[in-house]
Amino acid sequence: MRRYFGRKLLIYGLTFFVAVTINWMIPRFMPGDPVSSMLSRANVAQPEAVEAMRAHYNALFGFDLPLWRQYLNFWGALLKGDLGISIWLFPTPVTDVIIRAVPYTLGLLLPSILLSWFAGNRFGAFAARRKWLDNSVLPVGYVLTATPYMWLAILLAWALGIVAGVFPVAGAYGFDLQPSWSWEFVGSLAQHWFLPFASLFLVAFGGWAIGMRNMIIYELEADYVNYLRALGAPMRLVRRYAFRNAILPQITGLALQLGVLVAGALVTEIVFSYPGLGHLILQAIQNQDFFLLQGTFLFIVIGVLIANFVIDVAYVLVDPRTRTGMGGQA
Amino acid sequence: MALKVTDLRVYYRTLRGEVKALDGVTFSVADGEIMGLAGESGSGKSTLAKSLIRLDGRMRHVGGTVELDGRAMPLSDDTAMDEFRFRKVSLIPQYSMSALNPTRKIGKMIGELLESRGERPDRAELERRLELVGLSKDVLDRYPIELSGGMKQRVVMVISTLLNPSLLIADEVTSALDVSSQKAVATTLLGFRDHGLVTSMMVVTHDISLVYQIADTIMVMYAGRLAEKAPADALVNAPRHPYTQQLISALPEVGVRYEDRRLTGIPGNPPSLLNPPGGCRFRDRCPLASGQCAEQPPFAEVAPGHFVACWKAE
Repeated sequence: MRRYFGRKLLIYGLTFFVAVTINWMIPRFMPGDPVSSMLSRANVAQPEAVEAMRAHYNALFGFDLPLWRQYLNFWGALLKGDLGISIWLFPTPVTDVIIRAVPYTLGLLLPSILLSWFAGNRFGAFAARRKWLDNSVLPVGYVLTATPYMWLAILLAWALGIVAGVFPVAGAYGFDLQPSWSWEFVGSLAQHWFLPFASLFLVAFGGWAIGMRNMIIYELEADYVNYLRALGAPMRLVRRYAFRNAILPQITGLALQLGVLVAGALVTEIVFSYPGLGHLILQAIQNQDFFLLQGTFLFIVIGVLIANFVIDVAYVLVDPRTRTGMGGQA
Repeated sequence: MALKVTDLRVYYRTLRGEVKALDGVTFSVADGEIMGLAGESGSGKSTLAKSLIRLDGRMRHVGGTVELDGRAMPLSDDTAMDEFRFRKVSLIPQYSMSALNPTRKIGKMIGELLESRGERPDRAELERRLELVGLSKDVLDRYPIELSGGMKQRVVMVISTLLNPSLLIADEVTSALDVSSQKAVATTLLGFRDHGLVTSMMVVTHDISLVYQIADTIMVMYAGRLAEKAPADALVNAPRHPYTQQLISALPEVGVRYEDRRLTGIPGNPPSLLNPPGGCRFRDRCPLASGQCAEQPPFAEVAPGHFVACWKAE
């Protein structure tokens, strides 16, 4: 057991290292120069002053050092929890910017991932044993899961937001409100949350339902099911066993899908101008904000790795066969 | 009379028509009798075994009746059959190695199975029966993956006989085993009967020499019909049906060197069961065939307990 998790942690550590390194590299190899854009924003006419400012900013962000030095400094600062200063929102520290955006992204992601997984599996298992449901719902599921997140998001925004006018299509709360713990604000929050959530939920739901439906049909043909049926076990017990066995590949699927779901959430946030991490990434790229981009990516990498680790642990708990692979002790 | 089968017909539905896998089968198994059921692939022996406990989706009960301990079994009514299953008729399947739910501990699975049938799990009795097949009670706290293939099969044998069924069907239970395990399984089956855990038994196999060691009677099937049923000794040493004769003579014998005399098989192939020819189905491969064989011979008793379906067997 310890060796298994030791190995897992090592793999996660390596992944983290590589991902963070790539995060550091990507903005630096993007075309463009953030300091120049800051200078043009400052609108200074004198060339000497511009030069002086350029030197000041370069020293401030550490761009005057050789690349390898910058890389080492980056790790040094990272280990102290310092992600640098945002260029876009200068001089706010990146950590503050991210912490302000994280609740919105988590508020979207966690419910949509968990609910779609839970509901999709339940519904798929349910559909697998009703022919009419199977025949009518399955094509809908295929269409849903094949839909790109942003396309469905745009469609929902258009249909329910513009045409029907039921939901607002942009922002996380009404533009006329200040964040507070009032009913009015929470209500507005929920109203703005619904459409992005629904678009994420629906796409993922279709995928899980189809996967579960196929797995259940496969499991109901398995030998242990035939044996139980030959001994007269009621369908109730058989279905419980089949569900338990069919859920295992779905757990693996959840681990594999996490990255895709996070990416989907980022794009959805952009569609709805939802002030989460996806919105930050877009702004960071448009403003050449190296540090904000690095910081946001870092946060996403950590999130996906933690979620995968949790799923690894869960898998060990639900499938005895993974335990025997850990050196004999069950 | 434990089991009485009368003119049983079970067909398979296929896209090309009905396959008459079991086409008018009449026989009985006495209390305490171990009957071996032999035949080649496609002879209908597995169809017969399955029909008595659970028809699968493609099988259709076309005609005939089955009585167990004097009560008619509703073969085609899946729900009504549940009452018989496990308590009255039970099965040791061909796929014992994969018959256990991989994500439940064996003890827990047995408990849940018994409870779902409205039976009270009796831990002491269960442990006693495991001991009978040479397993320690520790297996109850293990997952199926932690057991060897042979252990899994023995667990399945214990589960299947837990409610002391009147009829136990063992479907090709020795087929995937090495000879020493085959011997052990055969002895265990015999023990089940001798300890009174099961009343009668039907041992389906293609291995006549193995079933000869434990069976009281052997029944041979050919192309969906019965060819011969007789006490084991009579069937192996003095078979009357030409098919049985050729089947027995195709078995290697101890002490005979096959250098000078090649072991011969039976020339030809069994007929298609999609549209089987009328009359005796062995006719095309039979050395004794004559004009009379165009008519189906009855499954007649030619000596006490010795039934043969052949015009030439008088």
